[in-house]
Amino acid sequence: MSQIHVSTTLNGDPVEYLCEPDETLLDVLRDRLGLTGSKEGCGSGDCGACSVTVDGRLVCSCLVLGAEAQDREIETIEGVAQGENLHPLQQKILDHAALQCGVCTPGFIVAAKALLERNPDPSETEVRYWLAGNLCRCTGYDKIVRAVMDAAQEMRGA
Amino acid sequence: MVKVVLWGSVRAAAGGAETVEVEAKNVRQILDRIGELHPGFKDRYDEGVTVSIDGQIYVDDWFQPVTEDSEVYLLPYLEGG
Amino acid sequence: MLDKTKDPVAERDFKVVGTRPVRPDGVDKVTGRARFGADISAPGMLVGKVKRSPHAHAKLVSIDTEKALALPGVKAVVTRDDFAENKKQCDVLRNIMAREKVLYDGHAVAAVAATSATVARKALKLIEVEYDVLPHVIDVDEAMKPGAPLLHDDMITKGVDPEPETASNIAQRYEFGHGDVEKGFAEADVVVERDFKTAAAHQGYIEPHACLASFTPDGQGELWCCTQGHYAIRGFCADLLGMDISKLRVTASEIGGGFGGKTTVFLEPLALALSRKTGRPVKMVMSREEVFRASGPTASTSSRVKVGATKDGKITAGEAEFRYQGGAFKGSPVQFGAMCAFACYALENVKTVGYDVVTNRPKQAAYRAPGAPMAAFAVESVIEELAVELSIDPVELRLINAAEEGDQSSFGPTFPRIGLVETLEATKAHEHFSAPLGPNQGRGIASGYWFNFGGATSVSLNIQPDGTVALAVGTPDIGGSRASMSLMAAEELGIAYEKVKAIVADTASLGYNEVSHGSRVTFASGLATIEAARNAKKILCARAAKMWEIPEEAVEWVDGHARPAGANAGDFEPMSLADIAKVAEQTGGPISGHQEHNASGAGASFATHMVDVEVDPETGRAHVVRYTAVQDAGKAIHPSYVEGQFQGGAAQGVGWALNEEYIYNDDGRLENPGFLDYRIPVCSDLPMLDTVIVEVPNPGHPYGVRGVGETGIVPPMAAIANAVSAAAGVRMTELPMSPPKLLKAINAKKANGSA
Repeated sequence: MSQIHVSTTLNGDPVEYLCEPDETLLDVLRDRLGLTGSKEGCGSGDCGACSVTVDGRLVCSCLVLGAEAQDREIETIEGVAQGENLHPLQQKILDHAALQCGVCTPGFIVAAKALLERNPDPSETEVRYWLAGNLCRCTGYDKIVRAVMDAAQEMRGA
Repeated sequence: MVKVVLWGSVRAAAGGAETVEVEAKNVRQILDRIGELHPGFKDRYDEGVTVSIDGQIYVDDWFQPVTEDSEVYLLPYLEGG
Repeated sequence: MLDKTKDPVAERDFKVVGTRPVRPDGVDKVTGRARFGADISAPGMLVGKVKRSPHAHAKLVSIDTEKALALPGVKAVVTRDDFAENKKQCDVLRNIMAREKVLYDGHAVAAVAATSATVARKALKLIEVEYDVLPHVIDVDEAMKPGAPLLHDDMITKGVDPEPETASNIAQRYEFGHGDVEKGFAEADVVVERDFKTAAAHQGYIEPHACLASFTPDGQGELWCCTQGHYAIRGFCADLLGMDISKLRVTASEIGGGFGGKTTVFLEPLALALSRKTGRPVKMVMSREEVFRASGPTASTSSRVKVGATKDGKITAGEAEFRYQGGAFKGSPVQFGAMCAFACYALENVKTVGYDVVTNRPKQAAYRAPGAPMAAFAVESVIEELAVELSIDPVELRLINAAEEGDQSSFGPTFPRIGLVETLEATKAHEHFSAPLGPNQGRGIASGYWFNFGGATSVSLNIQPDGTVALAVGTPDIGGSRASMSLMAAEELGIAYEKVKAIVADTASLGYNEVSHGSRVTFASGLATIEAARNAKKILCARAAKMWEIPEEAVEWVDGHARPAGANAGDFEPMSLADIAKVAEQTGGPISGHQEHNASGAGASFATHMVDVEVDPETGRAHVVRYTAVQDAGKAIHPSYVEGQFQGGAAQGVGWALNEEYIYNDDGRLENPGFLDYRIPVCSDLPMLDTVIVEVPNPGHPYGVRGVGETGIVPPMAAIANAVSAAAGVRMTELPMSPPKLLKAINAKKANGSA
């Protein structure tokens, strides 16, 4: 099998790579592009630790092929902070101690950011159902939900 | 003489004795004396043993002192999660 | 012996301890920079994969690796032949690589190193293994029956007199207790006796096991891995590979959850063996399926509990038998279950018996308060039934019988200062306690105990030339402990939290550190940090004394400054830590404090949980609608992370209670090795999890710290079972209380009621 050449946009920058036809976007990000912020917790789309957005749509990058990224815009956890400035979600996760081990945290931030871009004022229930695809085993989600609600409020300027 | 209560896997290793009385001034002497009484015991405590002295738990701590008035329990080696 | 005088710890006025600053590793973790087990690579790295048994029980007749080795890109294969027999690590050796037999579905039989994952996967298929399939046994009660398929034909039950003449699957019998339970039951007005079962639950950490091993031709090894204890990993690996401990350097990566499951080796010795054979770095990462099939869940259990009480609620006797299967090797946590079962109660007559049983399942690994949650589920369910029978409020019933300082514990020793009563009082005082319940809702309460302990610990605290502090600890940070260590160092030195940076050092940099388990880190590494800081303060004072040309004893450390102790010492301007650090080189050299000890004085932690559950009588679905976790922390160093431990324990308990279980088919194969079918609680399954931090200081720690990590998973299953039973009007005695089981129980009750 010959490798496929892919041109895409990653966190705003043009990127090119070769990948196997059956290689996941997650493996491309981690193994070929050195972006290990997206994690593989299950490889089956159940845990959300590999969450990225493709053209603004939240997906599990373990369920997307690297070849599918052609001409798309991919956003990963590495693109969430702007230089030295953390995104309000990142800051609120820290302020609320909404992480313990932190391995699910990148996925939660990417997923929550996608939520707030669609719905700047989500209810607790909306936050819980949107984030139901992201597993956390440490926190019981309490502090994560509070951090997301708090970030939403700050981003609304309320 | 110090009265030592043996429990769990420790008791089995010391031939099933529920309590033993030994001349000892610290934990290591207790273990040595029991080892003399029950040869199989040495292997067991080489793997690790937990001792409770007056309600305080010590893991593999040989030189904790004991007196005749001490309440001493030999417990299984504790492992946590 | 038991000092009931006021504790100075409780009176202490803390400056930084008890605040909630951002953790030192926080920014790395919210930006994706933090490097976990699978996040590191090395030049020339190979990929390692494991071939696993599809059978639950079989003789391993032969392994042919010829075809696999002939595949281009395959650099090495290791099997049982690559590991020497090891008497000391006999079971660990057999668990990481099957020898005479495969003992469970997923048991490793070979490992391959290749130039890519694709080649490695192909190679696995080319390894030919001949099995002679044997009958298997999965259930703990089945495994104990005479005539059950035997896993180890030399396993003679220990702890039984006389010693059995034939082998069985029962490794050992344990007994704990005191008094005379028969006499106690004779004095009881009410006796409740029930049977219980709990399913095996997996620790469920989101990060699969991962490591990168590098072995050089001169026999030096380096290992990077996600673990709760890199010193322990080093010991296991050096032993299994027959190398000097000092020649293996292990670095603990960031760890994506452990909960006890990352306290032993799985991939690490295989990766080292493959690296030794190929001379190249080898990276190995488990798939989620491998995590479920081959790394430790906790034990599944079966038990019988009997408790008697008088009309006024005094428990006269408690008796229980616990049967825990811990997978294919001895060592289930049944001892701890039997010890903790009745620990909440001051009983004159108590007896618990435990059986450690082997079955054709993966070797259990420690899971948060190992063994205690299953026992608490059974005992606390019976306590609830007693409360109903006696028409006594369940918290009152517990208060009547609660263990306190000076009481003999159910496992023997007299309790020192403990905080169970305080958690019960705080529960009663909580608004949740008297809040109204909706239709189909029930409220459940349960208490729980875990020992907590100390152990070998080594810490180094280095004062930097600019007056900041580098703190090196050797206990992997599994939940924010670097923040707690920094807080304690800052408190002791009298400097700002931001001036301290804590790291987890590798195995070559510090003395031995016991694993991050047993809720010991904040206690033991914290204690060592405080002692290290005190040692550094002595040197700081000595340097100031030199500069002032006065005796060392005439200098004291107050609020981050060396100052003359009293008027007679002389009149000198106090020197800050930074002032002294700046001239350290000129005054004698670098200033460090360190501490190496086997920490003792750990304080046990009790918790009481209260939960409201709504049951849908048509589907049998139980849904947690409100939760309050109350626990004694001794002293909360970083309250947010203490709350986090309570909440995490509760959430895992919800999963264990309502959904999580290992499901095997008739062939002994695990049917649900993935997060879709092994369902851990998701965000929409849970409400907010309220917490109350009770602080009954532990006299064995200068700040009063007790461990908090484990106790939080002891009460939830019983609390939830009590709530579900109240809501559904039917007593549930088996975990998980999944919708089909609960619906069946509800329908059976309806059928009985209408009959």
